[in-house]
Amino acid sequence: MTTSAEGSTASAEGSAVPDKERTEGSAGGSAGGSTVATVPVRPAPATAAAPPGTAPPRRRPWPRYALRAASLLAALGLWQLLTSLKVTLWLRFAQFPTVTQVAHAFAGRLATGSYWQDLTDSLTRILTGFALAAVLGVAVGTAIARSPLASDLLSPVLEVLRPIPAIALVPVAILLFPSNEQGIVFITFTAAFFPVMVSTRHTVRALTPVWEEAVLTMGGGRWRVLGSVVLPGALPGILGGLSVGIGVSWICVISAEMISGAYGVGYRTWQDYTIVDYPGVFVGMTTIGLLGWLTSTAVELAGRRLTRWLPRTENTAPSAHLIRKGTP
Amino acid sequence: MTTPDVATAPAVTAPAPPGLRLRLDGAVLGRPGAPVLHGLDLDVAPGEVRAVVGPSGCGKSTLLRTLAGLLPALGGRVTQDGEPLTRPAADRALVFQEDALLPWRTVHANVELPLVIRGVPRAARRARTAEWLERVGLTDHARRLPHQLSGGQRQRVQLARALAGAPRAVLMDEPFGALDAQTRAGMQRLLVEVLRGTHATVVFVTHDVDEAVFLGDRIALLDGAGTARVLDVPHPRERAAHDAATTVALRRRVLESLGT
Repeated sequence: MTTSAEGSTASAEGSAVPDKERTEGSAGGSAGGSTVATVPVRPAPATAAAPPGTAPPRRRPWPRYALRAASLLAALGLWQLLTSLKVTLWLRFAQFPTVTQVAHAFAGRLATGSYWQDLTDSLTRILTGFALAAVLGVAVGTAIARSPLASDLLSPVLEVLRPIPAIALVPVAILLFPSNEQGIVFITFTAAFFPVMVSTRHTVRALTPVWEEAVLTMGGGRWRVLGSVVLPGALPGILGGLSVGIGVSWICVISAEMISGAYGVGYRTWQDYTIVDYPGVFVGMTTIGLLGWLTSTAVELAGRRLTRWLPRTENTAPSAHLIRKGTP
Repeated sequence: MTTPDVATAPAVTAPAPPGLRLRLDGAVLGRPGAPVLHGLDLDVAPGEVRAVVGPSGCGKSTLLRTLAGLLPALGGRVTQDGEPLTRPAADRALVFQEDALLPWRTVHANVELPLVIRGVPRAARRARTAEWLERVGLTDHARRLPHQLSGGQRQRVQLARALAGAPRAVLMDEPFGALDAQTRAGMQRLLVEVLRGTHATVVFVTHDVDEAVFLGDRIALLDGAGTARVLDVPHPRERAAHDAATTVALRRRVLESLGT
């Protein structure tokens, strides 16, 4: 249903924008050309309409991509400059690997099987832990928000467990789980579980009561309310929790790998450090950065897709347009 | 906003179910520990349009929420067709003053929801939804989302959603309260038109005496003490026959009864 709505939303707005331009253009034209009263409704739109008319972007404009790329390149350039010149002004870049050294090491690693093995190990761990956290976090958060009994039973335990950093659970994981693998997934899960659970709990509690009452008076039962009101209504908040959760998951999966030493990107990065292979350490860091960015972007995009119905999702473009208009 | 041309809309094919008799005997209503209405007697006949007027805070909404089954009675008897009324059910639809449409569902999907809940087969449900959207003049907006509509259009969607499920009673809580005068007049005419095809009992809560006189077959006046007085409206459901003098006289009676 939502997908079909998106199409119409886009087309409706697409048609609305030119209309606005047209009226702006004609208003400007008639005001400016009041002496030429005989000319019918055909004012020169070129002068009045063109500057604002080009502004409302339907897609992200290329200049913004270019700007983002430039920002990354500038950071890399600075890194290269500081390290190749071996700058030592309190901060010491003498031992620091240069961008080119890291790039060479990276290229070398990409050709090895162990790099890809580490990468898939880490990804499997984080995706398993995160998926479990997403499902259980939403379920527990909803249960606590909707049922006083569930809240009384679960909240005290969870609130005591919540402040414990997931990485501090390594001893627990070692005691509890027969294999390292399961322990790492457990730590990743714990890390993502709490942000998802807490944000689900808050949004479910804050849902507009009238939505639920509407479904009840249509004859809907508890499960209908859950499926048709609670979960879709809480989705924006749940997605916020998932966004935070995937970030914390990465921090914890890498830390857990470093501690437990059972392969994975975190393990490899730490290993390179112990054998003083600094370019290797930076290959690991870059890999973690890229993977983290990829997964959080995936969560973000999925979230935007699922909440297209929110009135404010497309507001960035019009406001950017207004700002640009305001500064001549 | 213009009034949709509902007169040309096709009649709803589904057989209209008979209206419910809604009755309160000595009912004590309100939140637990904070009753608003004490010992209310009210008898709404099947198929009747009963307007309920009264000052703010007199318990109009409480009465309606009780009839919807959302608020249990604290005392007395509340019945539908003689059976105790305890929980919400699909045969009593509620139209809210505030926007009660689900914002993530399109107009079509919102109107369709009561039919989905009732388990109406897909094809029948689509046809009936389309029919109701046509009756309220929103066929062109079927694929839109609620936030893309005006306030008046959203209330029309709510009306279509309430009636699409073929309820036996429609409970309306100041449904046009937030609309401007012109839209409101159009909505009142629309309501009279769409109700013509159904036998549903209607309880229409409003603080607007003119609206009550225009829409109601009978008018229940709630006073601050929590008791109801009932006035009959001459020529119910034949608004054209309403001559100005009768309307003015009735309006005066209502206002006098309310003590304003």
